[in-house]
Amino acid sequence: MSFPLLTATALAPAIGAVATAAVPAARRTVAKWLALGFSLVTLGFALAVLLRFDTGAGADRFQLTESHWWIRDFGMRYELGVDGVGVALIALTAVLIPFLIGAGWNDADPVEGEAPANRRWRPTQGFFALILLVEAMVIMSFAATDVFLFYVFFEAMLIPMYFLIGGFGDRAGSGDEEGQARQRTYAAVKFLLYNLVGGLVMLAAVIGLFVATADQLPEGTFSLRAILEARASGDLEFAQSTERWLFLGFFLAFAIKAPLWPLHTWLPNAMGESTAPVAVLITAVVDKVGTFAMLRFCLGLFPEASHWATPVVLTLALVSIVYGALLAIGQRDMKRLIAYASISHFGFIVLGIFAMTSQGQGGATLYMINHGIATAALMLVAGFLISRRGSRIIADYGGVQKTAPVLAGTFLIGGLATLSLPGTGPFVSEFLVLVGTFSRYQVAGIVASSGIVLAALYVLILYQRTMTGPVKAGLEKLPDLRVRELAVVAPLIALVVFLGVYPRPLTDIVNPAVEHTLSDVDRQDPAPQVPAEADSGHEAGAEHE
Amino acid sequence: MESLIALLIAAPLLGAALLLVGGRRLDRVGHWLGTLLAAVSFVLAVVLFFDLLGREAEDRTLSQHLFSWVPVADFQADVAFQLDQLSMTFVLLITGVGTLIHLYSVGYMEHDERRRRFFGYLNLFLAAMLLLVLADNYLLLYVGWEGVGLASYLLIGFWQHKPSAATAAKKAFVVNRVGDVGLSIAIFLMFTTFGSFAFDTVLPNATGTSEATLTGIGLMLLLAACGKSAQVPLQSWLGDAMEGPTSVSALIHAATMVTAGVYLVTRSADVFNAAPNAQTVVITVGAVTLLFGAIVGCAKDDIKKALAGSTMSQIGYMMLAAGLGPLGYAFAIMHLVTHGFFKAGLFLGAGSVMHGMNDEVDMRRYGGLRKHMPITFATFGLAYLAIIGFPYLSGFFSKDEIIYAGFSKGGGQGWLLGGVMLLGAALTAYYMTRIMLLTFFGEKRWQPDANGHEPHPHESPLSMTVPMMVLAVGSVAAGFLFNLGSSFEHWLEPVTGIAHGDSPVSHGMVSIAATGVMVIGVAGAWFQYGRRPVPVVAPTGNLLTRAARRDLLQDDFNHAVLVQPGNYLTRGLVYVDHKGVDGVVNGTAAAFGGLSGRLRRVQNGFARSYAVSMFGGVVLLVAATLLMRAV
Amino acid sequence: MNPENYLFLSALLFTVGACGVLLRRNVIVLFMCVELMLNAANLALVTFSRMHGNLDGQIMAFFVMVVAAAEVVVGLAIIVMVFRSRHSASVDDASLMKL
Repeated sequence: MSFPLLTATALAPAIGAVATAAVPAARRTVAKWLALGFSLVTLGFALAVLLRFDTGAGADRFQLTESHWWIRDFGMRYELGVDGVGVALIALTAVLIPFLIGAGWNDADPVEGEAPANRRWRPTQGFFALILLVEAMVIMSFAATDVFLFYVFFEAMLIPMYFLIGGFGDRAGSGDEEGQARQRTYAAVKFLLYNLVGGLVMLAAVIGLFVATADQLPEGTFSLRAILEARASGDLEFAQSTERWLFLGFFLAFAIKAPLWPLHTWLPNAMGESTAPVAVLITAVVDKVGTFAMLRFCLGLFPEASHWATPVVLTLALVSIVYGALLAIGQRDMKRLIAYASISHFGFIVLGIFAMTSQGQGGATLYMINHGIATAALMLVAGFLISRRGSRIIADYGGVQKTAPVLAGTFLIGGLATLSLPGTGPFVSEFLVLVGTFSRYQVAGIVASSGIVLAALYVLILYQRTMTGPVKAGLEKLPDLRVRELAVVAPLIALVVFLGVYPRPLTDIVNPAVEHTLSDVDRQDPAPQVPAEADSGHEAGAEHE
Repeated sequence: MESLIALLIAAPLLGAALLLVGGRRLDRVGHWLGTLLAAVSFVLAVVLFFDLLGREAEDRTLSQHLFSWVPVADFQADVAFQLDQLSMTFVLLITGVGTLIHLYSVGYMEHDERRRRFFGYLNLFLAAMLLLVLADNYLLLYVGWEGVGLASYLLIGFWQHKPSAATAAKKAFVVNRVGDVGLSIAIFLMFTTFGSFAFDTVLPNATGTSEATLTGIGLMLLLAACGKSAQVPLQSWLGDAMEGPTSVSALIHAATMVTAGVYLVTRSADVFNAAPNAQTVVITVGAVTLLFGAIVGCAKDDIKKALAGSTMSQIGYMMLAAGLGPLGYAFAIMHLVTHGFFKAGLFLGAGSVMHGMNDEVDMRRYGGLRKHMPITFATFGLAYLAIIGFPYLSGFFSKDEIIYAGFSKGGGQGWLLGGVMLLGAALTAYYMTRIMLLTFFGEKRWQPDANGHEPHPHESPLSMTVPMMVLAVGSVAAGFLFNLGSSFEHWLEPVTGIAHGDSPVSHGMVSIAATGVMVIGVAGAWFQYGRRPVPVVAPTGNLLTRAARRDLLQDDFNHAVLVQPGNYLTRGLVYVDHKGVDGVVNGTAAAFGGLSGRLRRVQNGFARSYAVSMFGGVVLLVAATLLMRAV
Repeated sequence: MNPENYLFLSALLFTVGACGVLLRRNVIVLFMCVELMLNAANLALVTFSRMHGNLDGQIMAFFVMVVAAAEVVVGLAIIVMVFRSRHSASVDDASLMKL
């Protein structure tokens, strides 16, 4: 038996969480370094996963698999395995966490004048332990190929997230200490309830799936791989209504997590009230589990129902794109603006997934990665800015460019990546999504293209109001980015540019996985109207054929 | 040789990276580094040009494949370059004028503490613009397309502390993005139609594809071109873009970037040739814009905005010519190049004037500057003569060819186009003469500024005047050289094709008519501004003048039709999201809360009320049992 | 004598007891009413035993008596505790569900 690499990747942050939590409160610096160390170990494992993953022709769909019985009586297995999408997202998670820890280095430190009772609820070591715990659960969700195992971690990550949102706010909201605590609690409870509702419906669907498989197979199973094989061989064929109900149960949970309009309102609250690193954790990491699961479980398990639901899902995605962008334009709070922008971007991701073309789904997967990195860059810089002034309100800023040019520059680059400027990663993914959508649904493609203009509006309005113009009173002495902050942001920016210029490593990993998913749902790319003559100019194209 | 193409782009890109990331330690040498790298690019361009000249006409296409960029199934985007005659013309113009303007900016931006950054942006612009014209597929072109948009955004908003500059920059970017949507949709259409968006797949296959699709592609490309080239209806950003430093206006908003739309249409010649309806729209847009820009140019008192109107109008000429198909492509490009010379010269001259006048831009506060700035006057004057089409200067050749091509379109359409263009030529002569007279002739009209500083007009330093002189020489000579044995036409022929229509009027007649209307325009301006003193405060003017001063109400229109409803929409949606979408959720939560509040009251702690409910329950149970038994 | 009359008496006693539990406030009276209801049930059980010639009902009645005795012990202790803390024998005063 080979070394269980995926288990190790998920276990490393889990052990790190326990170790960090065990550090006494007085030695918080130790806790920080310990957490950073463990997140780097995780990154090492994740890179090993990336290297071990075989992208060659004829490679297995799921690789690095592990399979053991977990609860035999109920057919639950401890079954792990990754396809290209899973590998890419595990890598994203592992890459982002060290930066988030670096960015949140002082976010959970004691504040002067803070009541000891409050302090007890936001221990420094707890903050970092919870982040690592979330990382472990997210990695497990990406790696699990047993539906029940996935469900357990999908739900369990709500617990640490709840404490991260409710316990560790950015203390830059409006109102007094008590009012802010109330808003934080509201946000955390809203987050929890929304996701629990989705989770419970999904639990019913998970059990339903087991029952439905038990009807037709020798014994019921939660194993994704077993179900895919049984379907491929014709042993398993869900009844139409069963499949649709199960699809809806799964989809609701993922649509809340993603989040898709109109189930989105928890996100602006959660992102607004939490510290910038936690906000990034929500939108860049945790929410990706939702879109990832749509691709893997909704499409993989229920292809017929996916076709059936496509018109509705596409409409919701389009509404999300336009609605999120318009609301972002109307926001007065910087972090809520970024949250609504994320809703718009999640619309693009869902659009790409359900367009069911290679470009759409490949683009959606790249979008998950690129959106994670770009939003992280933008949000973290916004967080640095907010921590300097103590306000999230856009109108409190102005002329920052004059006093803190490096901060403004990195903010602009993060913003330009968010608006999908060519040369940054998000452009590649957004264009792929749009092309993939357009080639099957022309109108949807055109409507979604309006997001290009709206994105420019909300990003540039934000930049104009905060960074340009005369320096606002109280900002004359605003310090520029510190070394720690620059060390956090600069690599993210470098990464976002690299993925825009040379996304090849990523597409090589993702393409085979997308082909498998498309064959699951039995769809092929629409052929061009005019068959192109054999163009010898594309060596890369020849490889694919 | 092919490998030099990437270096062409790499040099300014390296400069941009160094200058923007390098930090303050490069402050002292940054501007020279930027200029040097621009010059390197120009030298490479010249080397490549002579290499192309040394080949057979059909063989003058170099291509370089760097790497496969985004391969996803059939979607194969490569980073690959193609250098043909059309690209070469642009590359020479971009690097040549670009280098001159780098040099000019060394002096012009001397007192700006952020000069290093300025040169970084300029280098970034050069790299993006070169990428735009060298790309061998539409997606890579799109990268350059938005890249120049970014550089333009950064440079318009270079003086970010001025809110007007920041607003203008944002406006330019957003309006351009509307055009960019057009380009993206065009690429989507190409991909679904041809399965590719490389020039060598799309263009040869265009003939024989359904005309409706091609018209769609053509219109979308035109939308993109309208955005970038400030054509009606996406023209409104160009006037505001004059907030940027003047050397930026010269390079980006006169000579190179704004002509990218013409490049796009010419490059896609095969698509447009097979879609006559799209061509008609291109012609219409060009004709409308050429009058629109000219009218605006006639009314502006801000020297840069008057020149911006002129730019819009001249690009209208080019667009119209490009819409004529093979009749006009070569002349569109020829006018583009000559315009690059004289308009850059004019803007640099304007910058020089502003440099000596404490950054005053109102022409009504100039006057009589020819004595104070002789070199500026001379170079500006030559460029002026070139743009109004003074015989045997460059504008004369290129514009006459376009007017002639317009007549060659034949029929009533030909007469209409020729007439519109002649009217435009008269207006050009009028507004340019007006600028000339207001600035360099008459009495001095300048006054102390708000701080009480009286301007002391003086000639600019050598680093600024040398580029102006070079451009003046270009303005004078370029047309003659290009027209020598129709060399320019033949140079471009393999790319754009060439055609001659039946013109109802002869070539000579057109030249005479064009010169005639020019004289009328000059005379009109002289009657109004040359004969009598010019009031420092502009007279109210008639309705047309007032509208033209407000850019023919374009901003008012956009504000009323787009901005204001958009504001209401976003505000409304914020309310709906808060009260509606979130309200439903919170309402559900509140309903549950209320219900549990009611239910809680049942548990009141009174033993006897519990006893009653127990008793009631027992009675119910017994009754139910009896009822079941009875049934 | 018709044994059914005992059942009527039992029902009557039960009703009296139930009304007492629901209407009276004094804990002691309430308690006695509970006893009355229990004994009404006992009477019914014994009557049924007699009617069916089966001892099960009588055995059940003994069980009820034992349970009632145990209940009295616990109940009186609670009443004493409540009375000590509240100086009142009214059930409605002890409505906070805590001492």
